[in-house]
Amino acid sequence: MKRFLELAVPIFSWLCGIILLGAVLSVVGYLFVHGWKSLSLSLIFGTTPPLDALLMKRHVFNGLFPAVIGTFSLVVLAVCLAVPVGMASGIYLAEYAGAGTKAILNLFFDIMAGLPSIVIGLFGFSAAVFLNRHFSGNIHPCLLISSIALAFLVLPYIIRTTQMALEGLPLSARMTGLSLGASRLQNIVHVLLPQSLAGVVSGVILAIGRCAEDTAVIMLTGVVASTGIPRSLLSHYEALPFYIYYISSQYTDSEELATGYGAAIILLFICLILFLLAFVIKKRVSYLALYRA
Amino acid sequence: MNRTNEKAVETLFFLSAFFSALLTIAIFGFMLALGLPLFAEGRFFAIITEPWAPHLGHFGISPMIVGTLAISSLSMLFAFPLCLGFAILISVVSRGKIRWLLRKTVEMMTGIPTVIYGFVGIFLLVRLVREFFDAGSGMCVLSASLMLSLMVSPTMILFFCDSFERVPSSYGKAVLAMGGTEIQRFLYVTLPNSWPGIVIGFTLSLGRAMGDTLIALMIAGNAVQTPGSLVDSARTLTSHIALVFAADYESLEFKAIFACGIFLYLFTTLLVITARLLGHRGERWAR
Repeated sequence: MKRFLELAVPIFSWLCGIILLGAVLSVVGYLFVHGWKSLSLSLIFGTTPPLDALLMKRHVFNGLFPAVIGTFSLVVLAVCLAVPVGMASGIYLAEYAGAGTKAILNLFFDIMAGLPSIVIGLFGFSAAVFLNRHFSGNIHPCLLISSIALAFLVLPYIIRTTQMALEGLPLSARMTGLSLGASRLQNIVHVLLPQSLAGVVSGVILAIGRCAEDTAVIMLTGVVASTGIPRSLLSHYEALPFYIYYISSQYTDSEELATGYGAAIILLFICLILFLLAFVIKKRVSYLALYRA
Repeated sequence: MNRTNEKAVETLFFLSAFFSALLTIAIFGFMLALGLPLFAEGRFFAIITEPWAPHLGHFGISPMIVGTLAISSLSMLFAFPLCLGFAILISVVSRGKIRWLLRKTVEMMTGIPTVIYGFVGIFLLVRLVREFFDAGSGMCVLSASLMLSLMVSPTMILFFCDSFERVPSSYGKAVLAMGGTEIQRFLYVTLPNSWPGIVIGFTLSLGRAMGDTLIALMIAGNAVQTPGSLVDSARTLTSHIALVFAADYESLEFKAIFACGIFLYLFTTLLVITARLLGHRGERWAR
Protein backbone atom coordinates (compact mmCIF):
# COMPACT_ATOMS: atom_id res chain seq x y z
CA MET A 1 0.00 0.00 0.00
CA LYS A 2 2.76 2.41 0.99
CA ARG A 3 4.80 1.51 -2.03
CA PHE A 4 1.80 2.09 -4.25
CA LEU A 5 1.27 5.51 -2.68
CA GLU A 6 4.89 6.44 -3.25
CA LEU A 7 4.60 5.43 -6.89
CA ALA A 8 1.30 7.20 -7.34
CA VAL A 9 2.42 10.63 -6.06
CA PRO A 10 4.68 11.57 -9.01
CA ILE A 11 2.17 10.26 -11.54
CA PHE A 12 -0.66 12.16 -9.86
CA SER A 13 1.34 15.38 -9.68
CA TRP A 14 2.35 15.24 -13.35
CA LEU A 15 -1.27 14.58 -14.25
CA CYS A 16 -2.36 17.66 -12.28
CA GLY A 17 0.37 19.67 -13.95
CA ILE A 18 -0.76 18.65 -17.42
CA ILE A 19 -4.44 19.32 -16.71
CA LEU A 20 -3.87 22.74 -15.18
CA LEU A 21 -1.30 23.93 -17.71
CA GLY A 22 -3.51 22.59 -20.48
CA ALA A 23 -6.48 24.53 -19.15
CA VAL A 24 -4.56 27.80 -18.86
CA LEU A 25 -2.95 27.37 -22.26
CA SER A 26 -6.31 26.71 -23.85
CA VAL A 27 -7.77 29.87 -22.28
CA VAL A 28 -4.89 32.06 -23.46
CA GLY A 29 -4.52 30.18 -26.73
CA TYR A 30 -8.23 30.43 -27.56
CA LEU A 31 -8.05 34.18 -27.03
CA PHE A 32 -5.12 34.54 -29.37
CA VAL A 33 -6.34 32.22 -32.08
CA HIS A 34 -9.60 34.13 -32.30
CA GLY A 35 -8.31 37.59 -31.54
CA TRP A 36 -4.95 38.09 -33.21
CA LYS A 37 -6.57 39.12 -36.48
CA SER A 38 -8.26 42.11 -34.87
CA LEU A 39 -5.02 43.44 -33.39
CA SER A 40 -4.09 46.58 -35.29
CA LEU A 41 -3.84 50.31 -34.79
CA SER A 42 -7.39 50.77 -36.00
CA LEU A 43 -8.56 48.56 -33.11
CA ILE A 44 -7.51 51.33 -30.76
CA PHE A 45 -7.92 54.45 -32.85
CA GLY A 46 -10.68 53.46 -35.24
CA THR A 47 -10.62 55.64 -38.34
CA THR A 48 -9.08 58.65 -36.56
CA PRO A 49 -5.38 59.29 -37.23
CA PRO A 50 -3.50 58.08 -34.09
CA LEU A 51 -1.60 61.35 -33.60
CA ASP A 52 -4.77 63.45 -33.66
CA ALA A 53 -6.37 61.13 -31.14
CA LEU A 54 -3.39 61.24 -28.79
CA LEU A 55 -3.29 65.04 -28.91
CA MET A 56 -7.06 65.08 -28.21
CA LYS A 57 -7.71 66.98 -31.46
CA ARG A 58 -10.39 64.62 -32.67
CA HIS A 59 -12.73 62.17 -31.01
CA VAL A 60 -12.33 58.46 -31.54
CA PHE A 61 -15.66 56.83 -32.21
CA ASN A 62 -15.08 53.28 -33.26
CA GLY A 63 -11.91 52.37 -31.38
CA LEU A 64 -10.82 51.36 -27.92
CA PHE A 65 -8.96 54.63 -27.33
CA PRO A 66 -11.48 56.10 -24.81
CA ALA A 67 -11.51 52.84 -22.85
CA VAL A 68 -7.71 52.75 -22.75
CA ILE A 69 -7.56 56.37 -21.57
CA GLY A 70 -10.29 55.65 -19.00
CA THR A 71 -8.43 52.68 -17.57
CA PHE A 72 -5.19 54.65 -17.59
CA SER A 73 -6.64 57.62 -15.68
CA LEU A 74 -8.36 55.27 -13.23
CA VAL A 75 -5.10 53.50 -12.47
CA VAL A 76 -3.10 56.71 -12.07
CA LEU A 77 -5.68 58.34 -9.80
CA ALA A 78 -6.28 55.25 -7.66
CA VAL A 79 -2.60 54.50 -7.17
CA CYS A 80 -1.80 58.16 -6.36
CA LEU A 81 -4.49 58.05 -3.69
CA ALA A 82 -3.57 54.65 -2.27
CA VAL A 83 0.24 54.84 -2.19
CA PRO A 84 0.76 57.67 0.35
CA VAL A 85 -1.84 56.34 2.81
CA GLY A 86 -0.79 52.73 2.28
CA MET A 87 2.92 53.39 2.71
CA ALA A 88 2.38 55.53 5.80
CA SER A 89 0.22 52.80 7.36
CA GLY A 90 2.80 50.15 6.42
CA ILE A 91 5.59 52.19 8.01
CA TYR A 92 3.52 52.70 11.14
CA LEU A 93 2.81 48.98 11.40
CA ALA A 94 6.40 47.92 10.85
CA GLU A 95 8.26 50.61 12.79
CA TYR A 96 6.04 52.25 15.40
CA ALA A 97 3.10 50.07 16.42
CA GLY A 98 3.25 48.15 19.70
CA ALA A 99 2.43 44.44 19.74
CA GLY A 100 -1.21 44.88 20.75
CA THR A 101 -2.03 47.66 18.28
CA LYS A 102 -0.24 45.73 15.56
CA ALA A 103 -2.30 42.57 16.14
CA ILE A 104 -5.56 44.52 15.94
CA LEU A 105 -4.55 46.50 12.85
CA ASN A 106 -3.28 43.32 11.17
CA LEU A 107 -6.67 41.71 11.70
CA PHE A 108 -8.44 44.70 10.12
CA PHE A 109 -6.16 44.74 7.10
CA ASP A 110 -6.54 40.99 6.63
CA ILE A 111 -10.32 41.38 6.63
CA MET A 112 -10.07 44.31 4.21
CA ALA A 113 -7.79 42.37 1.87
CA GLY A 114 -10.29 39.51 1.86
CA LEU A 115 -13.33 41.65 1.02
CA PRO A 116 -14.88 40.91 -2.39
CA SER A 117 -14.31 43.76 -4.80
CA ILE A 118 -18.03 44.13 -5.41
CA VAL A 119 -18.52 44.95 -1.72
CA ILE A 120 -15.93 47.72 -2.07
CA GLY A 121 -17.81 48.87 -5.17
CA LEU A 122 -21.06 48.91 -3.21
CA PHE A 123 -19.35 50.99 -0.55
CA GLY A 124 -18.08 53.42 -3.19
CA PHE A 125 -21.60 53.72 -4.59
CA SER A 126 -23.19 54.33 -1.18
CA ALA A 127 -20.50 56.90 -0.39
CA ALA A 128 -21.41 58.71 -3.63
CA VAL A 129 -25.10 58.67 -2.67
CA PHE A 130 -24.23 59.93 0.80
CA LEU A 131 -22.12 62.78 -0.59
CA ASN A 132 -24.80 63.65 -3.10
CA ARG A 133 -27.45 64.01 -0.40
CA HIS A 134 -25.44 65.85 2.21
CA PHE A 135 -22.86 67.90 0.36
CA SER A 136 -23.37 68.53 -3.29
CA GLY A 137 -25.93 67.50 -5.85
CA ASN A 138 -23.19 67.43 -8.48
CA ILE A 139 -21.67 64.26 -7.12
CA HIS A 140 -22.75 61.11 -8.93
CA PRO A 141 -20.90 57.87 -9.48
CA CYS A 142 -17.96 59.05 -11.61
CA LEU A 143 -14.28 58.71 -12.36
CA LEU A 144 -13.26 60.21 -9.01
CA ILE A 145 -15.56 57.94 -6.97
CA SER A 146 -14.30 54.89 -8.89
CA SER A 147 -10.68 55.81 -8.27
CA ILE A 148 -11.31 56.30 -4.56
CA ALA A 149 -13.06 52.92 -4.35
CA LEU A 150 -10.23 51.25 -6.29
CA ALA A 151 -7.74 52.92 -3.95
CA PHE A 152 -9.55 51.27 -1.03
CA LEU A 153 -9.37 47.96 -2.87
CA VAL A 154 -5.58 48.04 -3.25
CA LEU A 155 -4.81 49.77 0.06
CA PRO A 156 -4.24 46.50 1.96
CA TYR A 157 -1.81 45.26 -0.73
CA ILE A 158 0.33 48.37 -0.41
CA ILE A 159 0.21 48.33 3.39
CA ARG A 160 1.23 44.66 3.44
CA THR A 161 4.08 44.91 0.95
CA THR A 162 5.51 48.02 2.66
CA GLN A 163 5.24 46.40 6.06
CA MET A 164 6.79 43.13 4.92
CA ALA A 165 9.63 44.85 3.06
CA LEU A 166 10.53 46.86 6.18
CA GLU A 167 10.20 43.94 8.56
CA GLY A 168 12.38 41.82 6.32
CA LEU A 169 15.41 44.07 6.79
CA PRO A 170 18.22 42.58 8.89
CA LEU A 171 18.85 43.96 12.36
CA SER A 172 22.29 45.25 11.36
CA ALA A 173 20.78 47.52 8.68
CA ARG A 174 18.31 48.78 11.25
CA MET A 175 20.94 49.57 13.89
CA THR A 176 23.72 51.21 11.86
CA GLY A 177 21.93 54.51 11.27
CA LEU A 178 20.67 54.70 14.85
CA SER A 179 24.11 54.03 16.28
CA LEU A 180 25.51 56.89 14.20
CA GLY A 181 23.06 59.26 15.87
CA ALA A 182 20.22 59.34 13.32
CA SER A 183 16.76 59.92 14.75
CA ARG A 184 14.06 57.29 14.29
CA LEU A 185 12.48 59.15 11.36
CA GLN A 186 15.83 59.91 9.71
CA ASN A 187 16.69 56.24 9.96
CA ILE A 188 13.40 55.29 8.26
CA VAL A 189 13.64 57.89 5.49
CA HIS A 190 17.34 57.62 4.66
CA VAL A 191 18.18 54.01 5.50
CA LEU A 192 15.24 51.66 5.86
CA LEU A 193 12.98 52.89 3.05
CA PRO A 194 15.69 53.01 0.34
CA GLN A 195 16.72 49.49 1.28
CA SER A 196 13.21 48.11 1.14
CA LEU A 197 12.29 50.02 -2.02
CA ALA A 198 12.20 46.86 -4.13
CA GLY A 199 9.43 45.33 -2.05
CA VAL A 200 7.45 48.55 -1.93
CA VAL A 201 7.70 49.18 -5.67
CA SER A 202 6.71 45.64 -6.63
CA GLY A 203 3.72 46.03 -4.32
CA VAL A 204 2.74 49.23 -6.11
CA ILE A 205 3.02 47.53 -9.49
CA LEU A 206 0.82 44.66 -8.33
CA ALA A 207 -1.67 47.28 -7.16
CA ILE A 208 -1.58 48.88 -10.63
CA GLY A 209 -2.37 45.52 -12.18
CA ARG A 210 -5.26 45.00 -9.77
CA CYS A 211 -6.70 48.45 -10.60
CA ALA A 212 -6.40 47.82 -14.33
CA GLU A 213 -8.18 44.47 -14.26
CA ASP A 214 -10.89 45.01 -11.68
CA THR A 215 -14.38 45.16 -13.13
CA ALA A 216 -16.73 44.70 -10.19
CA VAL A 217 -15.76 47.94 -8.42
CA ILE A 218 -16.09 50.19 -11.45
CA MET A 219 -19.32 48.52 -12.52
CA LEU A 220 -21.05 50.01 -9.48
CA THR A 221 -19.27 53.33 -9.45
CA GLY A 222 -19.78 55.01 -12.77
CA VAL A 223 -18.29 53.15 -15.73
CA VAL A 224 -20.43 53.20 -18.88
CA ALA A 225 -20.21 51.38 -22.18
CA SER A 226 -19.75 54.40 -24.38
CA THR A 227 -19.13 58.04 -23.56
CA GLY A 228 -15.78 59.02 -25.08
CA ILE A 229 -12.76 60.32 -23.21
CA PRO A 230 -13.59 61.40 -19.62
CA ARG A 231 -13.94 65.19 -19.60
CA SER A 232 -13.49 65.75 -15.88
CA LEU A 233 -13.09 63.90 -12.61
CA LEU A 234 -16.84 64.06 -12.11
CA SER A 235 -17.85 62.58 -15.45
CA HIS A 236 -18.59 59.06 -16.61
CA TYR A 237 -15.84 57.11 -18.34
CA GLU A 238 -15.10 53.94 -20.28
CA ALA A 239 -12.71 51.20 -19.19
CA LEU A 240 -11.18 48.14 -20.86
CA PRO A 241 -12.37 45.38 -18.49
CA PHE A 242 -15.93 46.71 -18.47
CA TYR A 243 -15.87 46.96 -22.25
CA ILE A 244 -14.90 43.28 -22.44
CA TYR A 245 -17.73 42.33 -20.10
CA TYR A 246 -20.21 44.50 -21.97
CA ILE A 247 -19.29 43.15 -25.39
CA SER A 248 -19.49 39.54 -24.21
CA SER A 249 -23.20 39.94 -23.45
CA GLN A 250 -24.29 42.71 -25.83
CA TYR A 251 -22.43 42.13 -29.08
CA THR A 252 -24.55 42.41 -32.19
CA ASP A 253 -22.20 41.29 -34.97
CA SER A 254 -18.90 39.49 -35.41
CA GLU A 255 -17.07 42.77 -35.89
CA GLU A 256 -18.00 43.98 -32.40
CA LEU A 257 -17.05 40.62 -30.99
CA ALA A 258 -13.65 40.91 -32.66
CA THR A 259 -12.99 44.21 -30.86
CA GLY A 260 -13.94 42.41 -27.65
CA TYR A 261 -11.27 39.78 -28.34
CA GLY A 262 -8.81 42.56 -29.17
CA ALA A 263 -9.59 44.39 -25.94
CA ALA A 264 -9.14 41.15 -23.97
CA ILE A 265 -5.72 40.56 -25.51
CA ILE A 266 -4.64 44.14 -24.77
CA LEU A 267 -5.79 43.88 -21.15
CA LEU A 268 -4.08 40.51 -20.73
CA PHE A 269 -0.85 41.97 -22.09
CA ILE A 270 -1.00 45.02 -19.83
CA CYS A 271 -1.53 42.85 -16.74
CA LEU A 272 1.11 40.27 -17.62
CA ILE A 273 3.71 42.93 -18.45
CA LEU A 274 3.01 44.67 -15.13
CA PHE A 275 3.47 41.36 -13.35
CA LEU A 276 6.71 40.64 -15.13
CA LEU A 277 7.89 44.14 -14.26
CA ALA A 278 7.08 43.60 -10.59
CA PHE A 279 9.17 40.43 -10.50
CA VAL A 280 12.10 41.97 -12.38
CA ILE A 281 12.06 45.12 -10.24
CA LYS A 282 12.06 43.13 -7.05
CA LYS A 283 15.54 42.03 -8.05
CA ARG A 284 16.79 45.12 -9.91
CA VAL A 285 15.67 47.89 -7.58
CA SER A 286 17.18 46.32 -4.51
CA TYR A 287 20.45 46.40 -6.41
CA LEU A 288 20.03 50.03 -7.51
CA ALA A 289 18.88 51.31 -4.14
CA LEU A 290 21.77 49.70 -2.34
CA TYR A 291 24.37 51.30 -4.54
CA ARG A 292 22.91 54.75 -5.01
CA ALA A 293 21.40 55.78 -1.72
CA MET B 1 14.57 67.67 11.50
CA ASN B 2 13.61 68.70 14.98
CA ARG B 3 11.70 66.86 17.59
CA THR B 4 8.24 68.37 16.95
CA ASN B 5 8.50 67.42 13.29
CA GLU B 6 9.44 63.93 14.26
CA LYS B 7 6.40 63.65 16.49
CA ALA B 8 4.12 65.16 13.83
CA VAL B 9 5.19 62.65 11.20
CA GLU B 10 4.69 59.78 13.59
CA THR B 11 1.18 61.05 14.28
CA LEU B 12 0.59 61.24 10.54
CA PHE B 13 1.68 57.62 10.12
CA PHE B 14 -0.60 56.59 12.96
CA LEU B 15 -3.55 58.50 11.50
CA SER B 16 -3.10 56.78 8.11
CA ALA B 17 -3.11 53.37 9.74
CA PHE B 18 -6.07 54.31 11.93
CA PHE B 19 -7.99 55.67 8.95
CA SER B 20 -7.36 52.49 6.94
CA ALA B 21 -8.56 50.30 9.80
CA LEU B 22 -11.59 52.51 10.33
CA LEU B 23 -12.46 52.05 6.67
CA THR B 24 -12.91 48.32 7.23
CA ILE B 25 -15.58 49.09 9.80
CA ALA B 26 -17.06 51.95 7.77
CA ILE B 27 -17.70 49.63 4.82
CA PHE B 28 -19.78 47.37 7.03
CA GLY B 29 -21.50 50.31 8.73
CA PHE B 30 -22.55 51.89 5.44
CA MET B 31 -24.11 48.68 4.17
CA LEU B 32 -25.90 48.09 7.46
CA ALA B 33 -27.27 51.64 7.52
CA LEU B 34 -28.48 51.57 3.91
CA GLY B 35 -29.90 48.07 4.14
CA LEU B 36 -31.69 48.82 7.39
CA PRO B 37 -35.21 49.38 5.96
CA LEU B 38 -35.10 45.77 4.83
CA PHE B 39 -34.13 44.44 8.24
CA ALA B 40 -36.59 46.60 10.15
CA GLU B 41 -39.91 45.27 11.46
CA GLY B 42 -38.38 41.90 12.26
CA ARG B 43 -37.97 40.97 8.63
CA PHE B 44 -34.41 39.77 9.05
CA PHE B 45 -35.30 36.11 8.84
CA ALA B 46 -37.61 36.73 5.91
CA ILE B 47 -34.52 37.59 3.90
CA ILE B 48 -33.13 34.13 4.44
CA THR B 49 -36.38 32.19 4.11
CA GLU B 50 -38.49 34.02 1.52
CA PRO B 51 -38.12 33.52 -2.24
CA TRP B 52 -36.92 36.36 -4.50
CA ALA B 53 -40.07 37.89 -6.01
CA PRO B 54 -39.82 41.70 -5.95
CA HIS B 55 -43.21 42.21 -7.64
CA LEU B 56 -44.87 40.29 -4.78
CA GLY B 57 -42.89 42.07 -2.10
CA HIS B 58 -40.64 39.14 -1.31
CA PHE B 59 -36.96 39.96 -1.11
CA GLY B 60 -35.42 36.72 0.14
CA ILE B 61 -31.88 36.08 -0.99
CA SER B 62 -31.59 32.44 0.01
CA PRO B 63 -31.30 31.14 -3.61
CA MET B 64 -28.30 33.43 -4.04
CA ILE B 65 -26.72 32.28 -0.79
CA VAL B 66 -27.13 28.67 -1.87
CA GLY B 67 -25.78 29.56 -5.33
CA THR B 68 -22.70 31.23 -3.85
CA LEU B 69 -22.02 28.34 -1.51
CA ALA B 70 -22.60 25.71 -4.20
CA ILE B 71 -20.41 27.34 -6.84
CA SER B 72 -17.56 28.25 -4.52
CA SER B 73 -17.42 24.92 -2.68
CA LEU B 74 -17.65 22.99 -5.94
CA SER B 75 -14.78 25.02 -7.36
CA MET B 76 -12.75 24.18 -4.25
CA LEU B 77 -13.56 20.51 -4.79
CA PHE B 78 -12.01 20.72 -8.26
CA ALA B 79 -9.16 23.04 -7.33
CA PHE B 80 -7.87 21.46 -4.14
CA PRO B 81 -6.56 18.12 -5.49
CA LEU B 82 -5.27 19.77 -8.67
CA CYS B 83 -3.42 22.46 -6.74
CA LEU B 84 -2.00 20.02 -4.22
CA GLY B 85 -0.71 17.90 -7.10
CA PHE B 86 0.74 20.91 -8.89
CA ALA B 87 2.42 22.17 -5.72
CA ILE B 88 3.97 18.72 -5.22
CA LEU B 89 5.13 18.84 -8.83
CA ILE B 90 6.87 22.18 -8.22
CA SER B 91 8.30 21.47 -4.77
CA VAL B 92 9.14 17.77 -4.90
CA VAL B 93 8.93 16.00 -8.22
CA SER B 94 10.41 18.36 -10.81
CA ARG B 95 14.00 19.58 -10.93
CA GLY B 96 16.09 22.46 -12.26
CA LYS B 97 14.85 24.36 -15.32
CA ILE B 98 11.44 22.69 -15.40
CA ARG B 99 10.76 23.54 -11.77
CA TRP B 100 11.77 27.18 -12.41
CA LEU B 101 9.56 27.33 -15.49
CA LEU B 102 6.55 25.81 -13.69
CA ARG B 103 6.90 28.22 -10.80
CA LYS B 104 7.18 31.27 -13.07
CA THR B 105 4.15 30.12 -15.06
CA VAL B 106 2.06 29.90 -11.91
CA GLU B 107 3.27 33.31 -10.76
CA MET B 108 2.28 34.80 -14.12
CA MET B 109 -1.11 33.09 -13.90
CA THR B 110 -1.98 35.19 -10.85
CA GLY B 111 -1.90 38.18 -13.21
CA ILE B 112 -4.60 37.00 -15.61
CA PRO B 113 -7.65 39.29 -15.21
CA THR B 114 -10.86 37.56 -14.08
CA VAL B 115 -12.86 39.17 -16.86
CA ILE B 116 -10.69 37.22 -19.32
CA TYR B 117 -11.59 33.92 -17.67
CA GLY B 118 -15.23 34.92 -17.97
CA PHE B 119 -14.89 36.03 -21.56
CA VAL B 120 -13.19 32.85 -22.74
CA GLY B 121 -15.58 30.88 -20.53
CA ILE B 122 -18.59 32.14 -22.49
CA PHE B 123 -17.19 31.16 -25.86
CA LEU B 124 -15.18 28.05 -25.02
CA LEU B 125 -16.15 26.34 -21.76
CA VAL B 126 -19.88 27.01 -21.92
CA ARG B 127 -19.99 25.58 -25.44
CA LEU B 128 -18.09 22.47 -24.35
CA VAL B 129 -20.33 21.92 -21.33
CA ARG B 130 -23.44 22.40 -23.47
CA GLU B 131 -22.35 19.79 -25.99
CA PHE B 132 -20.95 17.34 -23.48
CA PHE B 133 -23.92 17.32 -21.11
CA ASP B 134 -26.50 18.19 -23.72
CA ALA B 135 -28.26 20.46 -21.22
CA GLY B 136 -29.77 23.88 -21.81
CA SER B 137 -27.53 26.82 -22.55
CA GLY B 138 -24.42 25.45 -20.90
CA MET B 139 -24.36 28.42 -18.54
CA CYS B 140 -24.51 26.58 -15.25
CA VAL B 141 -23.02 25.84 -11.85
CA LEU B 142 -20.53 23.42 -13.39
CA SER B 143 -19.12 25.88 -15.95
CA ALA B 144 -18.75 28.64 -13.38
CA SER B 145 -17.08 26.45 -10.79
CA LEU B 146 -14.66 24.95 -13.33
CA MET B 147 -13.57 28.43 -14.41
CA LEU B 148 -13.39 29.63 -10.80
CA SER B 149 -11.17 26.72 -9.84
CA LEU B 150 -8.80 27.77 -12.60
CA MET B 151 -8.85 31.35 -11.32
CA VAL B 152 -8.03 30.53 -7.70
CA SER B 153 -5.49 27.82 -8.44
CA PRO B 154 -2.33 29.98 -8.78
CA THR B 155 -2.88 31.56 -5.35
CA MET B 156 -3.55 28.18 -3.82
CA ILE B 157 -0.52 26.54 -5.44
CA LEU B 158 1.86 29.30 -4.33
CA PHE B 159 0.42 29.02 -0.84
CA PHE B 160 0.96 25.26 -0.73
CA CYS B 161 4.53 25.55 -2.05
CA ASP B 162 5.22 28.15 0.63
CA SER B 163 3.95 25.95 3.42
CA PHE B 164 6.02 22.98 2.16
CA GLU B 165 9.13 25.16 2.20
CA ARG B 166 8.49 26.37 5.72
CA VAL B 167 8.96 22.88 7.20
CA PRO B 168 12.48 22.96 8.74
CA SER B 169 14.89 21.25 6.37
CA SER B 170 16.60 19.35 9.21
CA TYR B 171 13.50 17.13 9.52
CA GLY B 172 13.71 16.10 5.92
CA LYS B 173 17.46 15.65 5.89
CA ALA B 174 17.08 12.97 8.55
CA VAL B 175 14.88 10.98 6.17
CA LEU B 176 17.32 11.36 3.30
CA ALA B 177 20.22 10.36 5.56
CA MET B 178 18.47 7.11 6.38
CA GLY B 179 18.24 6.31 2.70
CA GLY B 180 14.69 7.55 2.07
CA THR B 181 13.68 9.03 -1.28
CA GLU B 182 12.49 12.58 -1.91
CA ILE B 183 8.95 11.27 -2.27
CA GLN B 184 9.16 9.46 1.06
CA ARG B 185 10.49 12.59 2.71
CA PHE B 186 7.57 14.55 1.32
CA LEU B 187 4.89 12.00 2.23
CA TYR B 188 5.99 11.19 5.78
CA VAL B 189 7.66 14.42 6.92
CA THR B 190 6.81 17.49 4.86
CA LEU B 191 3.11 16.85 4.27
CA PRO B 192 2.17 16.02 7.88
CA ASN B 193 4.08 19.10 9.08
CA SER B 194 2.62 21.57 6.63
CA TRP B 195 -1.09 20.99 7.07
CA PRO B 196 -1.78 24.32 8.83
CA GLY B 197 -0.43 26.16 5.79
CA ILE B 198 -2.50 23.98 3.50
CA VAL B 199 -5.70 24.64 5.44
CA ILE B 200 -5.01 28.39 5.50
CA GLY B 201 -4.35 28.41 1.77
CA PHE B 202 -7.58 26.52 1.19
CA THR B 203 -9.61 28.85 3.41
CA LEU B 204 -8.32 32.04 1.80
CA SER B 205 -8.81 30.66 -1.70
CA LEU B 206 -12.39 29.79 -0.77
CA GLY B 207 -12.80 33.44 0.21
CA ARG B 208 -11.53 34.56 -3.18
CA ALA B 209 -13.84 32.14 -4.97
CA MET B 210 -16.83 33.43 -3.00
CA GLY B 211 -15.96 37.04 -3.64
CA ASP B 212 -15.45 36.78 -7.36
CA THR B 213 -18.11 38.51 -9.41
CA LEU B 214 -17.31 38.35 -13.07
CA ILE B 215 -16.94 34.61 -13.67
CA ALA B 216 -20.25 33.68 -12.03
CA LEU B 217 -21.99 36.70 -13.56
CA MET B 218 -20.83 35.80 -17.04
CA ILE B 219 -21.16 32.01 -17.13
CA ALA B 220 -23.39 30.76 -14.29
CA GLY B 221 -26.62 31.69 -16.07
CA ASN B 222 -28.00 34.00 -13.34
CA ALA B 223 -31.42 32.37 -12.97
CA VAL B 224 -32.97 33.08 -9.58
CA GLN B 225 -33.44 29.53 -8.36
CA THR B 226 -31.90 27.14 -5.93
CA PRO B 227 -29.71 24.98 -8.16
CA GLY B 228 -30.68 21.31 -7.99
CA SER B 229 -27.98 19.82 -10.18
CA LEU B 230 -24.61 20.61 -11.72
CA VAL B 231 -26.08 21.75 -15.00
CA ASP B 232 -28.66 24.06 -13.42
CA SER B 233 -28.34 27.78 -13.88
CA ALA B 234 -27.64 29.69 -10.65
CA ARG B 235 -27.05 33.18 -9.33
CA THR B 236 -24.45 34.16 -6.74
CA LEU B 237 -24.67 36.96 -4.18
CA THR B 238 -22.03 38.89 -6.10
CA SER B 239 -23.80 38.67 -9.46
CA HIS B 240 -27.12 39.47 -7.74
CA ILE B 241 -25.61 42.79 -6.60
CA ALA B 242 -24.37 43.53 -10.11
CA LEU B 243 -27.72 42.62 -11.72
CA VAL B 244 -30.15 44.33 -9.33
CA PHE B 245 -27.94 47.41 -9.32
CA ALA B 246 -29.84 48.79 -12.28
CA ALA B 247 -33.09 48.95 -10.26
CA ASP B 248 -34.57 52.12 -8.79
CA TYR B 249 -32.42 53.33 -5.92
CA GLU B 250 -35.26 54.04 -3.49
CA SER B 251 -36.98 50.67 -3.91
CA LEU B 252 -36.83 47.87 -1.35
CA GLU B 253 -35.59 45.66 -4.16
CA PHE B 254 -32.48 47.81 -4.32
CA LYS B 255 -32.02 47.64 -0.54
CA ALA B 256 -31.73 43.87 -0.88
CA ILE B 257 -28.33 44.21 -2.50
CA PHE B 258 -27.01 45.64 0.75
CA ALA B 259 -28.20 42.48 2.46
CA CYS B 260 -26.16 40.52 -0.12
CA GLY B 261 -23.18 42.76 0.64
CA ILE B 262 -23.55 42.15 4.36
CA PHE B 263 -23.65 38.39 3.87
CA LEU B 264 -20.58 38.49 1.61
CA TYR B 265 -18.76 40.65 4.16
CA LEU B 266 -19.62 38.24 6.97
CA PHE B 267 -18.68 35.11 4.98
CA THR B 268 -15.27 36.43 3.93
CA THR B 269 -14.52 37.88 7.38
CA LEU B 270 -15.36 34.54 8.93
CA LEU B 271 -12.94 32.81 6.55
CA VAL B 272 -10.15 35.31 7.26
CA ILE B 273 -10.59 34.91 11.01
CA THR B 274 -10.62 31.11 10.66
CA ALA B 275 -7.39 31.27 8.71
CA ARG B 276 -5.81 33.48 11.35
CA LEU B 277 -6.91 31.23 14.20
CA LEU B 278 -5.56 28.17 12.40
CA GLY B 279 -2.07 29.54 12.21
CA HIS B 280 -0.46 32.52 13.82
CA ARG B 281 1.62 32.76 10.71
CA GLY B 282 -1.56 33.82 8.92
CA GLU B 283 -0.23 37.35 8.43
CA ARG B 284 2.40 36.10 6.01
CA TRP B 285 -0.01 36.06 3.12
CA ALA B 286 0.26 39.05 0.87
CA ARG B 287 -2.08 38.28 -1.97
